Amino acid sequence: MLGGGEYASPPPESREEHVAVAQRAPLLELRGISKRFGAVQALTDVRFDVRPGEVVALVGDNGAGKSTLIKIISGIFPPDSGTIVWEGHETVMHGPADAVALGISTVYQDLALADNLDVVANLFLGREVGSAGGVFGTLDEIAMERRSISVLRRLSVKIPSVRTAIAALSGGQRQAVAAARSVLWENKVVLLDEPTAALGVGQTHEVLELVRRLRDDGRGVVIISHNLEDVFAVADRITVLRLGRYVGTYDAKTVSREQLVSYMTGAMPGTAEVPLPPSAAGAVEAT
Amino acid sequence: MLDDPRVVAGGQGLRGTLATYRTRWAQGDIGQLPVVIGLVVIWLVFYIASGGTFVSPFNLVNLALQMAAVGTIAVGVVFVLLLGEIDLTVGIVSGLCAGVMAVLNVKMGMPGPLAVVAAVVSGILIGLVQGLWITRFRIPSFVVTLAGLIGWQGALLYVLGSTGTINLRDPFITSLAGTFFTGWVAVGLGVLFVGYLVGLSYFLRRRRLAAGLGAEPMSALLIRSALIALFVAGGIFALDQDRGLPLSLVFLVGIILVMDHIAKRTRFGRMVFAVGGNREAARRAGIPVQRVRIAVFALASTLAAWGGVLAASRLLAVNQSAGSGDVLLNAIAAAVIGGTSLFGGRGTVWAALLGILVIQSISNGMDLLSLDSSVKFMITGAVLLVAVTIDAIARRGRELAGA
Repeated sequence: MLGGGEYASPPPESREEHVAVAQRAPLLELRGISKRFGAVQALTDVRFDVRPGEVVALVGDNGAGKSTLIKIISGIFPPDSGTIVWEGHETVMHGPADAVALGISTVYQDLALADNLDVVANLFLGREVGSAGGVFGTLDEIAMERRSISVLRRLSVKIPSVRTAIAALSGGQRQAVAAARSVLWENKVVLLDEPTAALGVGQTHEVLELVRRLRDDGRGVVIISHNLEDVFAVADRITVLRLGRYVGTYDAKTVSREQLVSYMTGAMPGTAEVPLPPSAAGAVEAT
Repeated sequence: MLDDPRVVAGGQGLRGTLATYRTRWAQGDIGQLPVVIGLVVIWLVFYIASGGTFVSPFNLVNLALQMAAVGTIAVGVVFVLLLGEIDLTVGIVSGLCAGVMAVLNVKMGMPGPLAVVAAVVSGILIGLVQGLWITRFRIPSFVVTLAGLIGWQGALLYVLGSTGTINLRDPFITSLAGTFFTGWVAVGLGVLFVGYLVGLSYFLRRRRLAAGLGAEPMSALLIRSALIALFVAGGIFALDQDRGLPLSLVFLVGIILVMDHIAKRTRFGRMVFAVGGNREAARRAGIPVQRVRIAVFALASTLAAWGGVLAASRLLAVNQSAGSGDVLLNAIAAAVIGGTSLFGGRGTVWAALLGILVIQSISNGMDLLSLDSSVKFMITGAVLLVAVTIDAIARRGRELAGA
């Protein structure tokens, strides 16, 4: 346990002192989230929030608890303690379907695509367009295909055909398809888990461009990335986790790359949240 | 071409269609071509070996009758395999449900139609129980249905009691396999069937073109339609020379059309494929994975029950060995030979029809040649092995193509 006791306890609940409250209420807010897997305390009293029209990056070293937090947000498993607040109302999610129903879309690091299905089917998985009639409603393949083509064009995704099975696509193409999914679905919060990990320069650029477009659309975007370049390129705020604990949330415009790295590694100990000056332009970054 | 995400990658016209097929085969999506070729070979061999008896109208009607029951069961097996699961009880459940029907009708005097309904309902219940058990306790379907295979066998013996064999005389029940359509009725059914298939392709093509999407060329559609029409017309003509088109075959084809629609064109079907392809992805997409699995096991048992009813109707009896022996093996073999992957997520409902045609042709042909059942079993086993090997090789090709 490197420097296990170095960092300070979670910062005090003193946000109100610093902040002129954000102009927009958070879409999603997590408070005091803890999660334990057997002997491993994956998360301890973590908080997190995202507002409409902003990109929040979630960073941390390996084992910081990012993936666990993402899985809690997307309803894969419930937290042991803590509360999840969606649009001002406390909520409990019993499974991924609940998160989807709220309007949270997740693009996973391990992609979560069905290899045997084609691109169209994967883009619309769980949200197929079709006639009424519940599960026996007829699919409208033409509508789905047209929307798929238009969204993939917008993202300049290069694939042989939208009717290609995912199994026949390259890693980069799969990532692009996975990312395109959240564009199709009118979600209020979009989580992207390492969206650029397997992409070339061109496609990375396209995905970051897509992230900005989602934000300008008024959605709350959460991006997890090891690549700080990407983080600084798109994020408005950056939340740092370390060893399952909340370190702080920083304005991407004011925090430096070096500072961020030291928060992530624990070299810079125990930072509370850095207060942000209320933006003159009335931007939404205030914390 | 590559940056244009449109449907037909191969180009225009017939050449383009052929090119698209070539690409798909190269990617391991071989479809049903090997089975069709295999079937043609099998028919040729038996045609020659039997001196023509194999394709006589009398024998073709027999073949159709033999196919109906196990073919129906195989449709359910296809769905279970699509999930990447297995159901070892479909054979014995067909026997048990037929036994329930026979006892209710013959021993307890329940009217035929009601007894049939009771048999099918028993199938639904058995499937629900097994599906719930598999999902609730997270036990592999292989183990749960293995227990079921043994347990339901006992239930069948219990239901039949000391009688052993129950003979069926109810006119409704015996009419299920004993009714044949001849003349214009048979032709009309054939026209309906071909019209449905061709119309479906035609309207799909028109809607796609209207929506500005690529579609299969008219020439390919016409050739395919002509082949289907020719095959159906030939079949009905041949059957009409003898007793006619069996009602039980009409049932089988009807079930296949409905189930194919469900598999390919409904949300439920999409869910089944998604769960079979990547269960975790399906779960994360909000698909109720456990409920889908339970529903599929219920469906398989239901179709097994109906298959059992048809088999009993043809044999005019239910006995202690109903649904045992090679019923289960043939049903699974039919689904697999037809091109349904054992690894889940790939296959079509038509696979059941093609597969049962292969299995039953072999069995029927070897009976005609009065081959020993030892030879029959070995040859059927070899055909199954070849079919699965082709699937495995295709799968490897697909992985290479995807890498």
